[in-house]
Amino acid sequence: MTDESSLHAPAVSLTALTKSYGHGKPVLKGIDLTIRRGEFFTMLGPSGSGKTTTLRLIGGFELPDSGEVFLGGDKVTSLPPYRRDVNTMFQDYALFPHMSLQDNVAYGMKIRGVGKAERSERATKALAMVHLEAVGDRRPSQLSGGQRQRVALARALVNEPSLILLDEPLGALDLKLRREMQVELKNIQKQTGITFVYVTHDQEEALSMSDRIAVFSEGVIEQIGTPEELYERPASGFVARFIGSSNILHENGREILLRPEDIRLEQQDYALASHEDGLPGLVQEISYLGPVTRCRVTGADGDTGVTAMVPSRQARGLSENMAVRAVWSKESAYPLSS
Amino acid sequence: MTGGRKLLGHVALLLPPFGWLTVFYLGSLFALLLSAFWQVDSMSGEILHEWTLDNFRILATDSTYRVIAERTIGIAVLVTITDIILAWPLAYVIARKVGPRMKLVLLVLVALPLWSSMLARIYSWRLILGHDGVLNWFLRTAGLPEQSFAFTNVALWIVFTYLWLPFMLMPLVSALERIPASLPDAAGDMGATPFQTFRTVIFPLAIPGMAAGSVFTFAVTLGEYVTPMLVGGAGSEFIGNVVYSNVGVSGNIPFAAAYSMILLVVVGAYMLLARRFGAFDGA
Repeated sequence: MTDESSLHAPAVSLTALTKSYGHGKPVLKGIDLTIRRGEFFTMLGPSGSGKTTTLRLIGGFELPDSGEVFLGGDKVTSLPPYRRDVNTMFQDYALFPHMSLQDNVAYGMKIRGVGKAERSERATKALAMVHLEAVGDRRPSQLSGGQRQRVALARALVNEPSLILLDEPLGALDLKLRREMQVELKNIQKQTGITFVYVTHDQEEALSMSDRIAVFSEGVIEQIGTPEELYERPASGFVARFIGSSNILHENGREILLRPEDIRLEQQDYALASHEDGLPGLVQEISYLGPVTRCRVTGADGDTGVTAMVPSRQARGLSENMAVRAVWSKESAYPLSS
Repeated sequence: MTGGRKLLGHVALLLPPFGWLTVFYLGSLFALLLSAFWQVDSMSGEILHEWTLDNFRILATDSTYRVIAERTIGIAVLVTITDIILAWPLAYVIARKVGPRMKLVLLVLVALPLWSSMLARIYSWRLILGHDGVLNWFLRTAGLPEQSFAFTNVALWIVFTYLWLPFMLMPLVSALERIPASLPDAAGDMGATPFQTFRTVIFPLAIPGMAAGSVFTFAVTLGEYVTPMLVGGAGSEFIGNVVYSNVGVSGNIPFAAAYSMILLVVVGAYMLLARRFGAFDGA
């Protein structure tokens, strides 16, 4: 624990993890992953992609079929959850219904034999961190969804683990509350410096909160990178389609990614500048979204088409069935490796 | 206008069951209460409608009735505790450890005895526990000393425990099923060993199930008189047996009513206690 190597070891290291359930259907097909200390790390993917299973393997709730799990340099692959220095915020919050909020938050300390006075002081402090110190004697059933979610966070924070696992913790909240909690979670992570491992299927949430993101698909990791890397230089068509909206063009057998916001729509049919690519076509659909307007342009052949996000002020003259030319700069077209 | 008609409809719907309950159930309870304060003319055997506390005086002073009441309550408590202990492992496996198919098979096996007559099942225990019964035959074959449980309070305890076990098991299974899997996960996550998780999370959350089950194991045992008659011995009388013989044999309905009142008070107090522990919540 205290030797030099473990001090610099990554918070989490997963090597060649595989897992299958029931009838041998593989859920994880070899996961290699390193999570740095103090990082806000997100595992992103559609449902069934293996992200929650990976989280449960880190927490110790499941055992892998093969591969190893290291936490802070120590091999913990076959250790049960209660012997891992990890706390989890569960999707359904998993608050104990027969205990007050205070007792819920103090549960881990009570189990580990922390004295009553210290227990209550630390629990109160943790509840204050999520602005619920005034209602510590209530039961979870007396709280709103958002409040329960805060208690679950306080309960995970109070034990000061080296790592907190968060399993789609904002999934049940409405959009406005979700946004608020995203900011709050990120702030608390920065303040405490605890490594957060966050599971979500919401790419927007992942982009706004994470230091780094791993994109899961069908039991493998498609790409690991910062939000910018994933958005601007996706490693595969899957990542390009999953993160943000995208146009995928086919050119000489290669796939080219074009983000809708990089496309301009020219209304006069003047000669194409040499440094620009373009697609002449008809405006098929216009959706006004406030700051931007989304336009679907279909080419003359009727098959190829692109979706453009145009600032709404520049989209005023557009109407359906209008002849336009969709243009973009060469640099904004990103070839995908197949 | 429509509100009034709706109300009328509700009243029409509720009237038959409500009237039935009032007349036949509460009415007979009230008659029972009244007759407990009457007495029987010892010469003619006729009921005298004169107020008296004699019945209760006899119950309080004659130690025979105190012993019978203590036995009834004592065995009911013992049966409840035994059924809780026996039901836990099976309920835990059914609720949390097996797949849906195996769960169905096990639940059907548990319920299977309930499809046969209770009398047949009680008699079969006489065949098992009797001096020349199956149990002694087994013990003899195994070279062990023989037992002599037949017609004792031990036989009563065993048979009651057997009879009411499914009724403890079912509510316990449903209480355990209602505990989300994430709760024990969360306890383990915060450092609780499996035993600590059981003690601090699973057991407390299963208390309503045990309380619901005990309504059968405790309250129903209290009122029993058939089983003590069939598998009990000379010293195994229950309150119910005394009530039965006072109604049927000696025709002393006021005394039977007075003894029944004690039973009702105990059951009533018990129901309030069970409700406090959540026996009637959810389900």
